[in-house]
Amino acid sequence: MDTPIIIKNLTKKFGDVVAVNNVSVIIEPGSFLTLLGPSGCGKTTLLRCISGLEDPDDGEIIIGDKLVYSHSKGISLPSGQRDLGLVFQNYALWPHMTVYKNITFALEIQKLSKQDMDLRVKESLKEVQMSGYEDRYPREMSGGQQQRIALARMLAYRPKVFLMDEPLSNLDARLRMDMRTELKRLHHISGATTVYVTHDQIEAMTMSSKIAVMKLGVIQQMDTPDTVYHYPANLFVADFIGNPKINLMPGWVSGQNVVDIGKFNIPVKTFNKTGDVVVGLRPEDIIIHKEPTDGAVEFAAYSVLPSGADTTIIARKGDTELTIKEIGVSKIQMDQPIWLSFKEDAINLYDKDTESLITA
Amino acid sequence: MAVVTKQAPSSHQDWNARLRRFFQWLSSPHVVLSLIMLAVMVYMVIVPLYRMFLTTFSVQEMDLRALPGAEVGDLTLYHWVRMLNSKISTIMTYEPLMHSLTISLGATFLALIIGGLMAWLVVRTDVPGKGIINALATIPYIMPSWTIAQAWIVMFKNQTSGGTPGLLEFLTHSPTPDWLAYGPVPIIVSSALHYYTFFFLFVSAALLSIDSSLEEAGELAGAGRWRIMRKITFPLVIPAIASGFIMTFSKTMGTFGGPNVLGVPVRYYTLSTMLRSNTGIGNYGDGFVLAIVLILFAMTTIMINQKLVGTRKSYETIGGRGFMAQKQKLRNFKGIITALVVVFQFFIAVLPLSLLIYSTFMLRTGDYSLSNFTLQHWIGKGVSNINSGEPGVLLNKKIYLAAWNSIRLSFLTAFFTALFGVILGYAIVKGRGTRLSKLVEQIAFIPYVIPGIAFGAVYISMFTRSVGPIPALYGTFALLVVVSVAKHIPYSARSGVSAMLQVGKELEEAAAIAGAGPWRRFKRIIFPLTSTGFVSGFLMTFITTMRELSLIILLVTPTTAVLASQTMRYIENGNEQQANAVIIILIVLVLLGNFLISRFRGGSLKKGLGL
Repeated sequence: MDTPIIIKNLTKKFGDVVAVNNVSVIIEPGSFLTLLGPSGCGKTTLLRCISGLEDPDDGEIIIGDKLVYSHSKGISLPSGQRDLGLVFQNYALWPHMTVYKNITFALEIQKLSKQDMDLRVKESLKEVQMSGYEDRYPREMSGGQQQRIALARMLAYRPKVFLMDEPLSNLDARLRMDMRTELKRLHHISGATTVYVTHDQIEAMTMSSKIAVMKLGVIQQMDTPDTVYHYPANLFVADFIGNPKINLMPGWVSGQNVVDIGKFNIPVKTFNKTGDVVVGLRPEDIIIHKEPTDGAVEFAAYSVLPSGADTTIIARKGDTELTIKEIGVSKIQMDQPIWLSFKEDAINLYDKDTESLITA
Repeated sequence: MAVVTKQAPSSHQDWNARLRRFFQWLSSPHVVLSLIMLAVMVYMVIVPLYRMFLTTFSVQEMDLRALPGAEVGDLTLYHWVRMLNSKISTIMTYEPLMHSLTISLGATFLALIIGGLMAWLVVRTDVPGKGIINALATIPYIMPSWTIAQAWIVMFKNQTSGGTPGLLEFLTHSPTPDWLAYGPVPIIVSSALHYYTFFFLFVSAALLSIDSSLEEAGELAGAGRWRIMRKITFPLVIPAIASGFIMTFSKTMGTFGGPNVLGVPVRYYTLSTMLRSNTGIGNYGDGFVLAIVLILFAMTTIMINQKLVGTRKSYETIGGRGFMAQKQKLRNFKGIITALVVVFQFFIAVLPLSLLIYSTFMLRTGDYSLSNFTLQHWIGKGVSNINSGEPGVLLNKKIYLAAWNSIRLSFLTAFFTALFGVILGYAIVKGRGTRLSKLVEQIAFIPYVIPGIAFGAVYISMFTRSVGPIPALYGTFALLVVVSVAKHIPYSARSGVSAMLQVGKELEEAAAIAGAGPWRRFKRIIFPLTSTGFVSGFLMTFITTMRELSLIILLVTPTTAVLASQTMRYIENGNEQQANAVIIILIVLVLLGNFLISRFRGGSLKKGLGL
C-alpha cells in the first residue's frame, strides 16, 4: 500500500491549553511511526486529529491523495471516509455484539456479500490467531483476546492506515511482549502506514521505523529508534528515552577536548567552543575498573542492583551520581571503590541554555 | 499525491471556508440535537416564564373596575403593589409565604431525620428485615402525596370545619385538638412522611458508597465511633443530604394536595393554595405574582444550598465503592428498634391505606360503626343526596374517563420524557466542554427549581391563542402533556446523561471510524446499550405522572380531568368517601406500574431518580 500521511502546521487547542502546537510531519508510506511522550504531551490528540475524531483548530492533513482536513479550505472529512482503522486502548469492542458482529459491522456498511463477510472474518481472525471465536461476546474473553479481536475488527475492512492508541497498555507485561511481536509482524505483512501512540519507550524502540518524541504539543525529535537513542536531539529526549536513565552532568568546556565536571574531567572529541554544557552519557557507555586505571576516575559504589541479565550500579563521587549498566552479574560490592572511564564516542554534549545537542 | 502549496487565501475563499466550517459544525449530530432541544425548551420553558412575567405587569380584564380608564394589556405595577405593598398583601402574600416556608422547612427537616435515620439503620446496623424496610420505604413516595393527608383527615379531623368527627374523636368521644386536626403540624408531618423517601434513597446510596477504609483510617488514628461519625461519615454524606434537601424543599414549596386538604378548611393558606384560589377566579395578574414569589424563594434556597455544598453534581457517589464497613451492633436495643421501625412503617404505609379503604365503605362520614357500612360509593347507583348524585366510582363514567386520561397522560409523558432523555443525554455528553452543551444543560435544569404549582401557573398564560404553527392549547389534553413533559426535562437530562456516560465514548468512535453515520451509530451502538436505563426511566415517569397533582391542578378542565385532579374535586365538594375511593383506584394503578418496574430487569425507583 502506498499511503503517506502529511500533516502541515496542525494546531489543536482545548480552551487555553494548546494540545498540539503547529506540528508538521511527513509519514512515509508503509512506515511505522510511533508518537512517544509523557501523558499530556499531545500524542493522543494528534492521533485523534488524524483519525477525524477530533477537529483541529488550524492546519492541514493529507492521507494518501485525499485532503482530509484543511482549516483554510474548510474541509473536514468524517472519520469513516478517511480509509483508516483505529485500535483503542480499552479495545472498544461493542459489548452487545458477538465477535462476528463486531467484525462485520464495518463490512455491512461497505455492503459486502454474506460470503465475502464470512471470508473476511475468517481471514482476519486467523491473522490474529483467534480462529473459532466468532460467537463469543467480548465479556467472555480475556483482555488479551479482546485486544486481538479489536485488531481483527480493524484488519477486516482493510483500511489503508492503521492508527493505534496505546493498544497494549491495558495488558500485563508478558502479554504485551507477545503482542509487540504480533503487531510488528502484522505491520510487516500488511505494509499499512501505521501511527502508534504510546508512553512506553520499549514499545516505541522495538516496533517503530521512526519515533516522534513529543512534549507540550511539539515534536522534539523525529528519527529512527537508533538515532533517537544514541543521538537525542535535546535534553528532554535524552532524559525521556532509555532505562536506566541517561547520566546528565553539568560541566564547562573551554576550547579543549575536555569537559570540566568539577571534581574530574571527561575527555571529549574535537570540541572547541567555550561555555556551560551538559554531558549526556548512557549507563552502558561507562566502563568499570576495579583497579586504578589510566584516565579513569575514582568513584564509590553506592548501590548495586543486579537483575539477572545485567546489573545496575549507582556510583557516587561527592555530589555527582552516575548510573552504570554492566552485562551479567557484577562482583562489585556496595561501598567498594571503583574507577570509571567513559566511551568517548558515545558522549553527547548539550548546550546548557538551549538544551539542544551540540553537533561539531 | 497531492501537494498543497500554501497560497494567500483571497477574501472570497476565506469566506467560503468559514461558511463550510460553520455548516460542518452545524451538521454534527450533537449540535443539531442541542439546537433542536434549545428550541423546544425555549418554547416549553422560557417563553411561558416570560409570558407569565409579562402578565404581572399588564392590566387584565379583571382589573378594569379597579383601574378606571385603563385598557387590557396596558403596562402597570398594580399587581405587584397590590400583592407586595397594600392592605391585603399580608393576607394575600406574606402570610401564605410564611406558611409555605414553615411547611417546607419543617417537612424537609423531619423527612431528613426520618430518612437519614432509616438509611443509617439499614446500611450501617445489623437491624433485621432490611429487605422489607427497603421495600416499604419507597411505598409512601409512590402513593399520591395527599394520601396521607387524606388518611389524616379520616383519623384526626374534628368538627371545627363544620364537618363530622374523625375516627379518633369517634373512639375517644373527646374532640381532637385543632392543632392536630388541621394546619401546619398535620401538613408538615404528612408531607415529611411522603418525601422522606428521597433522603432514604440518597443517604443510603451515599453511605453504601463510602469506602470503609476512610472510616478505618479514622479508627486507627484513635477516633471513637461518635467522632468518626461526626468527622468522617457525616461530612461524606452531606452532598447526598443536600441533594435530598433541594428535592424535598422544592417539592414541598410547590405542593398543593396536602395544604389543600389540611390547610384550606381552616384558612391556613400557603402560596400554592392561594395561587390556586386566585387563578381559580381568573385573577391571573395577582396569582402570577405569587407564582413568581414562589419561584424566587425556591430558587434562592436551592442556590444557597449549592453555594454551601458545591456543585449540583455533588450527589454523585463519593470515592470508590468500598467494602462494607463494620455493622454497628444494636445489641440490647435491637428488639426495640426493630419494633419501632415496624410500627413506624405500619403507620405510614399500611394504616393510611386501611383508613382510606375503611372510609369508602361508610355511608355517612363520622360514623365508624359497622351498621354504617355500604358499598354505595363503589357500586351504588346514583342517589341525589349522595356524592352529588353521581353513581359509585366503579360505575361512574367520569372516573373511567379520568382513569383513561391518567393512563394516557402518564404514557405520553413517559414516552416524551424518555425521548428527550435520549436526545438531551446525547447532546450534552457528546458536546461536553462546549458552551452549547453547557447552555443546554443549564436551561434543562430550570424546571427543577420551579415549584410544581407555579410551573402549572406558567402555562395558563401560554397557549391561550395560537402562535404561528402552534395551535391554542388552553383547556386541551395536549397542554397537560406539554406541561408534564416540560416539568420532567431536568430528570430526562439527568438520567439521559448518566445513561450516555455509561457508554464509553470509544464505542461510538469505533463505529464512526468503521464508517457508520450518526443514525446508524445511534441505532446499532448507543440505543442498544442505553435502552435499559431509558425503559426504567420511562416506567418511573409513568408512575410519578400518574399521581401528579400540583403541576396540573390549575390546567385541568372537566373533560381533561385525571384521577388525581378528580379526587381533589370530590374532596372540595365534601364527598370524602368518593374521593378516597378514587385515591384507592389511583394507588392500585400506581402499584401496578411499580410492579412492572420491579419486574423489569435493572429498573428501580433509585435508577429512575438518576442514582
